[in-house]
Amino acid sequence: MKTLYEGLELGKATRDAYGEALRDLGRRHDDIVVLDADLAVSTRSAFFGEEFPDRFFNVGIQEANLVGVASGLASSGKVPFISSFACFVILKGFDQLRMAVSYPRLNVKVVGSHGGISPGEDGASQQAVEDVALACSLPDFVVCVPSDEYQTRAAVEAAYAHEGPVYIRTGRPKAPLIYDGVPADFAFGRATLVREGGDATIIANGIMVGAAIVAHERLLRDGIRVRVLDMATVKPLDEEAVRLAARETGAIVTAEEHLIHGGLGARVAQVVCRDHPVPMEFVGLDDTYAESGDPGALLRKYGLTADDIEAAVRRVLERRRSMV
Amino acid sequence: MGEAAPARERDRLTYERLRDRATVLRRHIVQMLAEAKSGHPGGSLSAVEIVTALYFGDILRYDPGRPGWPDRDRFILSKGHGVPVQYAALAEAGFFPVEELMSLRKIDSRLQGHPVLGATPGIEASTGSLGQGLSIGLGMALAAKMDGRDYRVFVLLGDGECQEGQVWEAAMAAGHFRPDNLIAIVDYNKYQLDGAVSEILDLEPFAAKWESMGWAVREIDGHDLVQVVQGLEWTIAESGPACVIAHTVKGKGVSFMEGENAYHGVAPTDEELARALGELEGALIRAEQSIEREAAAEKEAGR
Repeated sequence: MKTLYEGLELGKATRDAYGEALRDLGRRHDDIVVLDADLAVSTRSAFFGEEFPDRFFNVGIQEANLVGVASGLASSGKVPFISSFACFVILKGFDQLRMAVSYPRLNVKVVGSHGGISPGEDGASQQAVEDVALACSLPDFVVCVPSDEYQTRAAVEAAYAHEGPVYIRTGRPKAPLIYDGVPADFAFGRATLVREGGDATIIANGIMVGAAIVAHERLLRDGIRVRVLDMATVKPLDEEAVRLAARETGAIVTAEEHLIHGGLGARVAQVVCRDHPVPMEFVGLDDTYAESGDPGALLRKYGLTADDIEAAVRRVLERRRSMV
Repeated sequence: MGEAAPARERDRLTYERLRDRATVLRRHIVQMLAEAKSGHPGGSLSAVEIVTALYFGDILRYDPGRPGWPDRDRFILSKGHGVPVQYAALAEAGFFPVEELMSLRKIDSRLQGHPVLGATPGIEASTGSLGQGLSIGLGMALAAKMDGRDYRVFVLLGDGECQEGQVWEAAMAAGHFRPDNLIAIVDYNKYQLDGAVSEILDLEPFAAKWESMGWAVREIDGHDLVQVVQGLEWTIAESGPACVIAHTVKGKGVSFMEGENAYHGVAPTDEELARALGELEGALIRAEQSIEREAAAEKEAGR
């Protein structure tokens, strides 16, 4: 993994940051209840469970019931955080998220770990590549894919402060550090400018922000100055930041560890095409599942590295030139 | 009023009054559905005595003026398609005006085709996608324990609904966490949309399934109000999760709908409504007289 993010330090996995942030939050707020479906050790919700056993329920391998119980707790005034792998809690719990959380707008926080293909060796059945699209399709859901340990901590705090359903996707491997501390200005629906530039914009989230920064540095050597936005919140999208990127830089590349249909890229494209059409390229999985393998090797094989983002930026610039 | 008498010693008038209430609810159901020109009569009518006992048989603790009262008992209609019976009970209990019942399923109505949390006073969960209510009820029951509150959570399930896997996820989890304030009631009316439950996907041995997951189980005649009230009182006294399997007749109370599965999801026509109301009419007169008699008696006792 480290070789994928030259010049960036690897921090903790975002799932580790989630576990720690949740435990800290639990110390300050008695109304937080945490549920897991037999993956507490992996999602790191066990950190909370060890300290607050009376507010922690492991419901066993039952994702539908996991969501339903959280719904009942939320409508009784609790603030449940529920965790499992992203693919299981979102896909197996989807109708329950629709009927028992989204529809009645209940205050349930869903945290799916092992997002994207970087879980690696376990193979495609454990890799969530469609969770963000599904979560975004649920009315009133906030959907957030934090990029590093510090932003994850901020997102967990914001999830508690927000009244309503939230989905946060965390990852299994160590994530490249984007920030040097918990960002004080983090808010759902607000993009973070992580690198300035006026020639094009890369809009990324999750571990793809690290890859975008590497691509930014490489392009800089060729005199190409690319803006990088950390778009942790896919919904609600920071539409103003997207419009500004389109207007000021004239070309956009999105990068996500997810299918390119229905996730960050699709949502950005909706705004671009409505408000300020400019050429776009999409880095992500194109209508495919991945497979088993070392996370770094997988990200390379499926086109989710700085190399792929760099190539996409060059393509989008070429397309813009040919349009003029 | 003195101390509450045990169920078996409740006087005849109490049960007569409950029977009359049930008839009033049936009248509302057929009228609402005929007015809406759609909906599910069969599974609404089969649950009338269960819902009557809950709301009017001193089982549920509620205050129609404070639907959000934290200590209220919760009632979740997991078989959400049967919601006309709950709307009828909520209106009769004073949660909203009886006249509003005729807005069922119409545009801008608070009475959605299936229950919606937040839309209607007294509705505790959004249901209609079968299998979800028991999980939600378990969450509420656990919340009560954490908060040191003593409210109970009643969940009414359909028999066909019990083919859903999530019901058994919740049943297994309740058997493990053992909240004594969670009660399941199954409206076992023997039919589902496509036909007989026993032919489509048999539930039997049904009681044994619940027992095997740690539930105390009782089977009752779901149209005998004495059995329904006593069965529900038994669940409250149980020290763990308790389930009442109520054997019922789909379409109960309207002769041409009884056991006739064509009325699972088809509303009565105007002619059928007239026939149904005709059948219920005699009982309705008795209901009004009975309630008047009781009111007079209560007034006298108060003097």
